[in-house]
Amino acid sequence: MDAVIALWTELPVVIQIVMKIVAIMLPLMLLVAYYTYAERKIIGYMQVRMGPNRVGFFGMRLWGLGQPIADAVKLMFKEIIIPTGASKTLFLIAPMLTIGPALAAWAVFPFDAGLVLADVNAGLLYILAMTSLGVYGVIIAGWASNSKYAFLGSIRSAAQIISYEIAMGFALVGVLVAAGSLNLGDIVNAQQGSVFHWFWLPLLPLFLVYFISGVAETNRAPFDVAEGESEIVAGFHVEYSGMTFAVFFLAEYANMILISALSALMFMGGWLSPLPQNWVDGVFLLDDGFQWLLLKTFAFMFLFLWFRATFPRYRYDQIMRLGWKVFIPITIVWIVVVSVMRVAEMPWWFN
Amino acid sequence: MAEIRNYTLNFGPQHPAAHGVLRLVLEMDGEVIERADPHIGLLHRGTEKLAESKPYNQSIGYMDRLDYVSMMCNEHGYVRAIEKLLGIAAPPRAQYIRTMFDEITRILNHLMWLGTHALDVGAMTVFLYCFREREDLMDCYEAVSGTRMHATYYRPGGVYRDLPDQMPRYEQSQFGSAAEARRRNASREGSLLDFIEEFIDRFPGLVDEYETLLTDNRIWKQRTVGIGVVTPERARQLGFTGPMLRGSGVAWDLRKKQTYAAYDQVEFDIPIGTNGDCYDRYLVRVEEFRQSARIVKQCVQWLRENPGPVMIDDHKIAPPMRAAMKDDMEALIHHFKLFTEGYCPPPGEVYAAVEAPKGEFGCYIVSDGANKPYRLKVRAPGFPHMAAMDEMARGHMLADAVAIIGTMDIVFGEIDR
Repeated sequence: MDAVIALWTELPVVIQIVMKIVAIMLPLMLLVAYYTYAERKIIGYMQVRMGPNRVGFFGMRLWGLGQPIADAVKLMFKEIIIPTGASKTLFLIAPMLTIGPALAAWAVFPFDAGLVLADVNAGLLYILAMTSLGVYGVIIAGWASNSKYAFLGSIRSAAQIISYEIAMGFALVGVLVAAGSLNLGDIVNAQQGSVFHWFWLPLLPLFLVYFISGVAETNRAPFDVAEGESEIVAGFHVEYSGMTFAVFFLAEYANMILISALSALMFMGGWLSPLPQNWVDGVFLLDDGFQWLLLKTFAFMFLFLWFRATFPRYRYDQIMRLGWKVFIPITIVWIVVVSVMRVAEMPWWFN
Repeated sequence: MAEIRNYTLNFGPQHPAAHGVLRLVLEMDGEVIERADPHIGLLHRGTEKLAESKPYNQSIGYMDRLDYVSMMCNEHGYVRAIEKLLGIAAPPRAQYIRTMFDEITRILNHLMWLGTHALDVGAMTVFLYCFREREDLMDCYEAVSGTRMHATYYRPGGVYRDLPDQMPRYEQSQFGSAAEARRRNASREGSLLDFIEEFIDRFPGLVDEYETLLTDNRIWKQRTVGIGVVTPERARQLGFTGPMLRGSGVAWDLRKKQTYAAYDQVEFDIPIGTNGDCYDRYLVRVEEFRQSARIVKQCVQWLRENPGPVMIDDHKIAPPMRAAMKDDMEALIHHFKLFTEGYCPPPGEVYAAVEAPKGEFGCYIVSDGANKPYRLKVRAPGFPHMAAMDEMARGHMLADAVAIIGTMDIVFGEIDR
């Protein structure tokens, strides 16, 4: 073990960082792939059907577990069609602009106490910046496609994401006030205790607003007006095919996982165990650890799918109304409430 | 200053919400629709012209293909026109069978409508629930006519054959185990009537299931309340029929007002809306599910107790028994004449209509005394509804246009004919 650590410290810093990035990206990409599979399976069961169950490995069906791999291979071999009159450079840059921030945001994400690629103090700010940048990819994709449907989709998406960014930002301000830090690790540590010490309780309205805004931010049902299957067909990525489409798809799912993970981190205590600390200290799997973060993240990821199977789609202007007239006032009021609680050093959470 | 122009959007014909082949040219100011111009005719198959070149009986199959989600109701309209022209009436048992299958068809159609409408508005689970139930009803079609959709079951003078005493059953195969087959056969042990009764007893609970997903859902309400409002006066002027008219609050239903088949013998209510918006039309159709189930239940009861002929005994119009043809010269000649030349109704003109699930489906036949109609005009309910698209969609947003197309329950088979 010592030899391994010695070897690790001997490596140049650049190689160390690259290896860390790979260690985050590979499982993430795998998770994205199997998230699509889980989506199809879970929604399938909700809709009294099977979901994918044909493609397996080595001649075995294995409940269709090979499906995401087969889909990825298929998309890789498909032609990338660039429509006539499209702005070629922008058309090809757009998917990269979408996936870049979706992956970059993971840099400051702590997976366990101290287990983080870049332990920056402005982590929350960085996350907010990265999730906001994703909208450029969408806008550019819609503009560069030279298609009216794509254009409508990108207008909708731009307006929607910018509106919800505000509600989301305010919700995060509440977290910032409560935790007294922008560092994600410190935010988790500020929630020490048990399930009732986590921020979801004192920040309940902000928690709900944050998660719903997160659903809107990732263009998922019931806020999927930018894709609007039955209205503008696929919205901003209607003209994309093959790998360019796949990249948008990856970015969407990576964002969903990110939002789920962030909700778990900021409101549900991250890697902290829901049981009181003195009960679980040192108990395998029940003690604080990555497994709790994973479990909480999966719970939120499941909610994304559940929403999709249940709700009809909002109309564009109704989404705006919800964002501006409901969420933003709620967050502003609750920031004041949290500040008062904080200043008064309200017992249980803030003393 | 730059000239500001409207945004023209070609909506369809290949669009997931175009319900087939609607080509809608939308002139939009941003997201708001300034003008909606439906272009039709992409599914024109010349049904009316084809009918002019064939003996009467041979056009029944075309009627199935007009509104291909309410097949037997279309047949009923056509067959009733021929019966009126010939001056014959089907025996009571056939009337009840027709009533029952008209209502099964209504459920079939409304399930399709509900599923696609909800899918258009974004609720995709309802769609799959509806199609699960459609499967059972299609099995009824199959049991009685041998085909799941285009039945050609109604004939002038009655129906093709009596209801079968047993349902087709599943067998063990590579797609389903023996246990699976047993499970699916559980409701298929008895006759068709048992199967239908089992379904009808189960169905209101299933409707409740759809309603939990939609009726009180805030998003569903926001998307449908106040969208595509048509006043009762305007609905009449536009020639609306069926749930589109009843949604506006006009209690007009041919089953009550110009009763036919056995509708005067069964009890049912006509639901009407108050506001004439998409939500009211949704409620009206959901209530029609329950009323149709009620009618089917009564028909099943009657059909159980009253056996009898299902076809008139006039072999100039109805084919003779297959067995009789083997040793009866007369029967053989009748069969040959009927299936080659057909019959020649007296000259004249006739209009007969039925309350199809979408509205009034009528056939106007002009006969010159030949074995083929001189002219057949089909009054399709979807056509006037489609024509009101511009009026209903103007000033609404793009997403509402989709909801309005959904609420109109249009099927291009009947509009383009």
